[in-house]
Amino acid sequence: MSELTVKSGQGGARTRELVAAGIGKRYRAERRFRIFGLVAIVSALVFMALLFASIIGKGYTAFVQTEIRLPISYDVAVIDPEGVRDAAEMRRANYGKLYRDGIQSLFPEVEGRTDRRLLNGLVSSGATFEIRDAVIDSPDLIGKKGEIWVPAADDVDMLVKGRIDRNEPENTRRVSDKEIAWVDALQKDGRLETRFNWRFFTQGDSREPELAGIWGAVAGSFLTMLVTLLLSFPLGVATAVYLEEFAPKNRWTDIIEVNINNLAAIPSIVFGLLGLAVFLQFFGLPRSAPLVGGLVLTLMTLPTIIIAARVSLKSVPPSIREAALGLGASKMQMVTNDVLPLAMPGILTGTIIGMGRALGETAPLLMIGMVAFIVDIPHGFTDPATALPVQIYIWADSAERAFVERTSAAIMVLLAFLIVMNAAAVILRSRFERRW
Amino acid sequence: MPFSFLLLVLAGLAVISYRFGTARARAVAPGRQSQLHSRPMYHGLYAAMWCGVPALLIATLWVAFQPLLVKGLVMGGLPDAYQALPEARLNLVWNDIRNLAIGDVVRAQPAPEIQAAADTFHRLYAIGNSALALLCLVLAIAGASFALRRVSLTLRARNQVEKVITVFLIASSMVAILTTVGIVLSLLFESLRFFTKVPPLEFLFGLHWSPQTALRADQVGSSGSFGAVPLFTGTLLISLIAMCVAVPVGLMSAIYMSEYAHRKFRAIAKPMLEILAGIPTVVYGFFAALTVAPFIRRFGEGMGLSVASESALAAGLVMGVMIIPFVSSISDDVINAVPQAMRDGAYALGATKSETIRNVIVPAALPGIVGGVLLAVSRAIGETMIVVMAAGLAANLTFNPLDAVTTVTVQIVTLLTGDQEFDSAKTLAAFALGLVLFCVTLALNVFALHVVRKYREQYE
Repeated sequence: MSELTVKSGQGGARTRELVAAGIGKRYRAERRFRIFGLVAIVSALVFMALLFASIIGKGYTAFVQTEIRLPISYDVAVIDPEGVRDAAEMRRANYGKLYRDGIQSLFPEVEGRTDRRLLNGLVSSGATFEIRDAVIDSPDLIGKKGEIWVPAADDVDMLVKGRIDRNEPENTRRVSDKEIAWVDALQKDGRLETRFNWRFFTQGDSREPELAGIWGAVAGSFLTMLVTLLLSFPLGVATAVYLEEFAPKNRWTDIIEVNINNLAAIPSIVFGLLGLAVFLQFFGLPRSAPLVGGLVLTLMTLPTIIIAARVSLKSVPPSIREAALGLGASKMQMVTNDVLPLAMPGILTGTIIGMGRALGETAPLLMIGMVAFIVDIPHGFTDPATALPVQIYIWADSAERAFVERTSAAIMVLLAFLIVMNAAAVILRSRFERRW
Repeated sequence: MPFSFLLLVLAGLAVISYRFGTARARAVAPGRQSQLHSRPMYHGLYAAMWCGVPALLIATLWVAFQPLLVKGLVMGGLPDAYQALPEARLNLVWNDIRNLAIGDVVRAQPAPEIQAAADTFHRLYAIGNSALALLCLVLAIAGASFALRRVSLTLRARNQVEKVITVFLIASSMVAILTTVGIVLSLLFESLRFFTKVPPLEFLFGLHWSPQTALRADQVGSSGSFGAVPLFTGTLLISLIAMCVAVPVGLMSAIYMSEYAHRKFRAIAKPMLEILAGIPTVVYGFFAALTVAPFIRRFGEGMGLSVASESALAAGLVMGVMIIPFVSSISDDVINAVPQAMRDGAYALGATKSETIRNVIVPAALPGIVGGVLLAVSRAIGETMIVVMAAGLAANLTFNPLDAVTTVTVQIVTLLTGDQEFDSAKTLAAFALGLVLFCVTLALNVFALHVVRKYREQYE
């Protein structure tokens, strides 16, 4: 024993020497390693910050829209030549002429066809509908003169928002010097200003960026999510209850479980292929319909809900079950009256998270035709519709410069929905989930 | 009667039968409630079930198969000249008929046969819908009255109701299996049709991908070739770039979080990283296409490199960032599963923290980490929106990350979006690609889950 101690004592001196010689290097390596770890986290977070900053920076201007105040003379000869004040007849009138006359009257010095056309181009073609709606709303305008705010064309909008560089040489710029001069003149007269862009929140899609809105896509997303929720929640909870509480432990149950785990990992686009082949081709359901989108997303969301619900059911202690059974409840009564209510907060949290994922899902919806250009707001489950993420995809593909800010703004709206949903899940979890 | 209205009526009838059922059960045994076999509530549910379930089943079946039935009848009623048309043309005719019947805009004045067929279509639908409504109402009322007549002291209403609920539970759990079967069958079926047009070996090993088939039979030069190797290499290249970002960053953040970070730092940083996983992929795609790709292009040109505007690098980088939280949360789990005793042993031998991590913890956790990385790879391969928006369509056979490549998922989307004939090799190719994608991701997942489970068992 003593011999050993001596030996190790002698060796100890050498070891200590060796350790002391290397210690600085080792500590430096330690610090480096630690910094690597920190750098990894920080770089991921910086990337996220960049992503958000870039989207907000690109998109915040979409919430306002440049508008022009035009003097309009509501000419009887144009609107209602027969003088019958028939709404259907008045809808067909040539309101384009009214706004063109309006802008011409502001710049009487402009001569020549090309220049006039350029001048007309300052105003969005959507002005037509604006004037028409004003006339239909209050027919007593006819025959009078008035002023009306109409949206400016997307290039003017981009110029006013500073997205088009005035210092660029004229031949590469999208707006000519003449147009810039007109815009400046309008601005000086107080006839041109940026106002809150309510169209963005109330209109459907449009080929003209200044008229395009997300309401159609939001409505489509809402209908799709409704179908998804109505189907996936009962089915998911039922499956989880069966597997957790009733299923015998046998091969068949194992197969179901393996299946569910695999479904959770299948790429979403494969679900789109399934929807295309089964729902559209085999069952002949309509293309682009929220119903089909909801069905496909249901199949995709089910595994998430089932897994969350099973975890939540598992966390209810067996003593509760035993107490219920001991009081003479049947197994079904035990589940519906005791276990499910206790597990419900967890199940709902899982459902919200699953719905959030479904809301952001794009690829399977492309497969079933929800990527079409749809102007009308969908009102039913079989109306053609798009969804918010698909709208983002469509706009991101568009060539017009002004669609970039619309896309970013639509992304902000989508993210806002997701944040609200996830916050609800977090609150639900912290408020109602019981730790046993 | 519109379908949703029918459902509402059925729901209303079910509620009424529930009311009647409970009331009747109470009336059967005034003052002898305890002698009822089942509580009144179950009698009510029993009645509601008899009222709603058969009618609902019939309605669902009807709605699912009515279109097929109508199509068969209408197409069967067309004159022989139409019957002889090839399938693709026949589908177009069918579209015309349907559009006409629904009242969509039709380009030209329709042929009288088509108009007649559209009228038949319309009539069949009208007859079908009213027959369905009538049938459902009769079934609902008959069912409810049958159940209400059976209410008695000894009716085992609860057992019956519970039996039906159990059947519903079992049926729901079948949905998962049906989904898998549906995916496999639909992919397999369409792929087999594709392989009758293009031999599988050419598809799997061909080096040239250009799916533009001829519009007319006599057109030259665009016969379409379906060699999918460039797609596979493109997918691999982008996934590889993504992994080069996600694995080091994800692993190092997991290590820092679980071994170094203060509890407070962890409580803030971990959910922040999880946000990355919650951002929809279409947002990443937009960011990759509009911010990252131009940046890389400018940067590369500044260094004298030629960079494609839709470079694989941009898509791969952004996809890597998307996968970081995935890698980090799995690594976090497996690192935490390494027993504390192994750490203590290493510290006792005088190892520094980083030495412990590098020489003890990571080797011990390696199988789990590898499993997690494989799961991440399968996710990268199946990821669609980022590559659709940021990677190109050109099927280049290259491993240069600055070039544009295309992936399996991009091709599926481009082949299937827009109007298409369902039978052309072009659209069927998408299903063959989907089958490959499905098989590869499934194999990766099964293998990875197996590895992870084995590893967990090792330390339990």
